[in-house]
Amino acid sequence: MNRIKQLFQNKQEHILNIYFTAGYPQKEDTVTIIKALAAAGVDLIEVGMPYSDPLADGPTIQESGTQALRNGLTMPLLFEQLRAARQSVDIPLVLMGYFNQVLQYGFDRFLADCLKAEIDGLILPDLPLYEYEQHYQKKIETAGLSMSFLITPQTTDDRIKKVDELSDGFIYMVSSAAITGAKSGISDQQITYFERIAAMDLHNPRLIGFGISDHETYATACKYAAGAIIGSAYIKALAAGDDVTTTTNQFVAMVRG
Amino acid sequence: MKTIAVDEHGYYGDFGGAYIPEMLYPNVEELRQTYLSMMQEEKFQRDFQHLLRDYVGRPTPLYLAKRLSERYGVTIYLKREDLNHTGAHKINNTIGQILLAQRLGKKRIIAETGAGQHGVATATVCALMGVECIVYMGEVDIARQAPNVARMRMLGAEVRPAMSGSRTLKDATNEAIRDWINNPTDTHYIIGSVVGPHPYPDMVARFQSVISEEMRYQLEEHTGRDYPDAVIACVGGGSNAAGAFYHYLNDERVRLIAVEAAGLGIDSGESAATSVLGTEGVIHGSRTLLMQTEDGQIIEPYSISAGLDYPGIGPMHAHLIKTGRAEAIHVTDEEALKAALDVSRTEGIIPALETAHAFSALDKMKYNADDVLVICLSGRGDKDLDTYMKYLDR
Repeated sequence: MNRIKQLFQNKQEHILNIYFTAGYPQKEDTVTIIKALAAAGVDLIEVGMPYSDPLADGPTIQESGTQALRNGLTMPLLFEQLRAARQSVDIPLVLMGYFNQVLQYGFDRFLADCLKAEIDGLILPDLPLYEYEQHYQKKIETAGLSMSFLITPQTTDDRIKKVDELSDGFIYMVSSAAITGAKSGISDQQITYFERIAAMDLHNPRLIGFGISDHETYATACKYAAGAIIGSAYIKALAAGDDVTTTTNQFVAMVRG
Repeated sequence: MKTIAVDEHGYYGDFGGAYIPEMLYPNVEELRQTYLSMMQEEKFQRDFQHLLRDYVGRPTPLYLAKRLSERYGVTIYLKREDLNHTGAHKINNTIGQILLAQRLGKKRIIAETGAGQHGVATATVCALMGVECIVYMGEVDIARQAPNVARMRMLGAEVRPAMSGSRTLKDATNEAIRDWINNPTDTHYIIGSVVGPHPYPDMVARFQSVISEEMRYQLEEHTGRDYPDAVIACVGGGSNAAGAFYHYLNDERVRLIAVEAAGLGIDSGESAATSVLGTEGVIHGSRTLLMQTEDGQIIEPYSISAGLDYPGIGPMHAHLIKTGRAEAIHVTDEEALKAALDVSRTEGIIPALETAHAFSALDKMKYNADDVLVICLSGRGDKDLDTYMKYLDR
């Protein structure tokens, strides 16, 4: 059983999933950050593959990606770092990026490298459900990787059911109609949406992302889902802090409260 | 020959589709489900045709370029899209899309622009319909296309600079997509070329197909047959080419010539010749040919012309080129500038820098003396006078 499924079997609430961009702030920080996040008690790590044109992301994540690329982070180097990190951590790792990166790297080669680094799941926000079903689902399932798709407040119930059927691990619940890092705070309207989804009795656990930045928003998200995903706020902390390990400890402590 | 047409998932052969984050799915899906039936409504067609005729000034002439024909020893017609209101073919599409946006109940319009022609065309139809308009434009393009920025502002549009990446068309497109993600219910995104997720490439091609539709009966009047031996058009994203090719896509008597910007030269590292430098990938929501690194990072393109400075091409063009249905020709900055000057002094028409690339193809392609060629004169060159003056004064 992959680590993501195991995690959700053992723990149904207060899951903390932290996103960071590989190769940022420094090229060699990837392994240090993974170790620090695992040691700080994070449940799941989402490793961002830096991309030149990340459509679903806001300026904070785009800038971290641009910096990582400038630092010289490449896909082969990323997989090398992930294999190295795997030597010392057992935490579930999810790779997040854009489909063009996977296509250009070569889909089969990408899966093979995920297996070597013992990656547990994938998030590819621009891979359509239709394409996934037609061309990629079998291979990803055979490789034992969890696939997480996104839902938003505008996603219809029928489509949410479809997402639930195709997802395997967790559903990425986008908290509001926005790019990453755009808003903070949770409105009543969002709560209504969280409650609507909670009442749908989906097979997959849900993690709420976008707009989760501190203890308060994290705690609210945890009331309505298995946990939350934080990205931009952590990237900002890394940008402002000196030592990535210290910054990580302080950040996780602040979020957990 | 296999018929060239888009399938229900938006594919032309291997290219197309809708690779979009879930946040955009409802908007794109709503459009996909309704665009064909809305476009076919009698009332829509009446409004569209009326505006094209009385507001845009269609049909545009098909002009026999006598002096140019003599010079090249062949018969050359120019499809005068430069004579459209706002000075380019772009308005055919924005008129169509604003009518769709109204039917979808959208109150706010966003657009991206490179050379500014699409931005001006969008600002124009928004003014016409009294709708809020925001145009994203790369900071670099804002500097090199100042007259069009002024026009958009005069028309009441807000021009927002795109500051990321190369600060050109690709980045303006990214910013527009992000705006749409942040404003999913009240906003329609008027994409200016045959790019983006399905149904945009097909929808824009259909709106632009008025170009080849008119060419057919105009050629019949002029020459007694409704097709030319070749249609020549410049390709950035490829909307004027899509419109000029449209009714001839499945007519093998007609050669389709797609002219791309080679910039400083294909091997110079400063180019936008996607058909040569591009590989298969996903950009701005569709699977197509694009310029990218071996890691899939998108490469910043370069062309002196802001409208051709795009790292991809529309999926239909990718398919036409890959299958050999269309021939790609590449023209450098220098060659385009020279062609612009030649056409101005031979025919008394100052073409847009984008279109100048299409003219330059005459020096590079093979044809017979009795051939009839049509060049899509996609836009006028007023906006490029600064660049032309620098060339003249060298």
